[in-house]
Amino acid sequence: MALYECPLWSVLYPMSKVTTMASAISDAVNDGDSLYLAGFTHLIPFAAGHEIIRAGYSDLELVRATPDLVYDQLIAAGCVSKVTFSWAGNPGVGSLRAFRRAVEAGVPNPIETEEYTHYGMVAALHAGAANLPFMPVRTFAGSDLVDHNDAIRTVSSPYGDDEIPVVPPIEPDVAIVSAQRGDEDGNAHLWGIPGEQKEAALAADTVVCCVEELCSTETIRSDPNRTLFTADAVDHVVEVPYGAHPSYAQGYYDRDNEAYLEWEEVSKSHEDVQAWLDEWVYGVENRREYLEKLGAKRLLDLEVDSRYATAIDMGDY
Amino acid sequence: MEYTDTELMVTAAAEQLEDDDSVLVGIGVPNLACNLAKRNHAPNLEMIYESGTIGSNPSSLPLSVGDPVLASGAVGVESMLNGFSYYLQGGRIDVGFLGGAQVDKYGNINSTVIGDYDDPAVRLPGSGGACEIASNAHRTIIISPLEQRRFPEEVDFVTSPGYLDAETDRADLGLRGGPDAVITDKAIMGFDDDGEMIVERLHPGVTEADVRAATGWEIQFADDVERTRAPTDDELRLIREELDPDGVYLD
Repeated sequence: MALYECPLWSVLYPMSKVTTMASAISDAVNDGDSLYLAGFTHLIPFAAGHEIIRAGYSDLELVRATPDLVYDQLIAAGCVSKVTFSWAGNPGVGSLRAFRRAVEAGVPNPIETEEYTHYGMVAALHAGAANLPFMPVRTFAGSDLVDHNDAIRTVSSPYGDDEIPVVPPIEPDVAIVSAQRGDEDGNAHLWGIPGEQKEAALAADTVVCCVEELCSTETIRSDPNRTLFTADAVDHVVEVPYGAHPSYAQGYYDRDNEAYLEWEEVSKSHEDVQAWLDEWVYGVENRREYLEKLGAKRLLDLEVDSRYATAIDMGDY
Repeated sequence: MEYTDTELMVTAAAEQLEDDDSVLVGIGVPNLACNLAKRNHAPNLEMIYESGTIGSNPSSLPLSVGDPVLASGAVGVESMLNGFSYYLQGGRIDVGFLGGAQVDKYGNINSTVIGDYDDPAVRLPGSGGACEIASNAHRTIIISPLEQRRFPEEVDFVTSPGYLDAETDRADLGLRGGPDAVITDKAIMGFDDDGEMIVERLHPGVTEADVRAATGWEIQFADDVERTRAPTDDELRLIREELDPDGVYLD
């Protein structure tokens, strides 16, 4: 055993959490795992999803309130046996066609689905993150969803006569979450739409945190209210510029809407999706090659003008 | 000026909104309607999006409810958990917009499957936040083109509860609000005391027979059906030149 692999050594000198995407995914993900690639339109970890496809994982349960293109790609690649979700679509464009092919026709393989509503999903994540047996929600009464998801149940309030629907905790094996910047330990700053990034990270056993750029812990400490989650939640930190393309990172780059419209066309046939995966996922080694292939013009077109927030004064105490 | 069905739906939906309303906005017609209302008669309209942006003031057309233009310049941005719990479930949303593949005579909406759930003919995106909006907003406005297949007597799947059926009281199920108006391309409907959809206004040039032919049940008409107001030239100019200059949602 090499010295650095010795348990005592790792306690005395914990290794940096900063690693490559390939190494983070290889360490964190196993066949059959439940995975949560978080984000509400914003900061979707596409780079991580593509690495999972390249590595050839199978039998994954994908969990996410808003499965979008990267889940469509994972499904089309045959990595997936189940999807737990609340809205599966191409945001602002239309259907998620590979997801539909799997559900409607079993192509490339049948997938099981477990369906919630948005609040049902994030309440279940909250229960997972907060170590609760369930969360009550004022949702599902009158909806047919309860007839098709045994996990959605009803309890009577211990404080009155009310009956209220409840959801069980969702505790993914692995969450892959993103933020604009984070330090080497995994303290992360996010601004713009936070979606369910925090709840997913705190509910999961293992967390991979993708950041657009690494920053100093001093930067994090300068604005602690900006911190989405702290290092104790995070196992692996990956610096991956443009890691969310074709989705966006607020203040860094805009959504590549052309890619969303292109996917609407590409995803109409399973064969076209395979050709797309061959070119854009299997055909590149990593995110850097993907970006080189995408080209400078495409990335420059996504540049946004700056609109800095006014500095705040935390006070020197 | 000549106008399209979609433009009429935008102005009709805008008219439903009042100043100081907090509105959970959707993409497309609802977004255009809210922005139009804000420019005209409801400057204090507070626009909230499902992604958690509060008091959005988009400087360009958002491509989805999670567009960055909705976060830049907003008065607040909440996580999904906070948005759905504190704002929607907490009763802080006056109006929610809903659409779907099917709407039935009691205003129940299907955005889940066409056909059988376990063996669907068409798998639709699912609820997202629609079930919560239908359950928790103080009133909801449904927007959909009027067609037989979109307006069956009973939806294949209740994703978002309306008035359910003539016997059920929403309040008994712990549901707030309910559908208040249905904006279509032919007419505007409301709901009677039993929660059944009833035609209140016909769009210019549309007959009762046109509406009957496009509805999947014997739809009832109010005693005093009025005509929908046509969009004004000023409204059309605002929509075309400022709110959707590229015609993304108007074609």
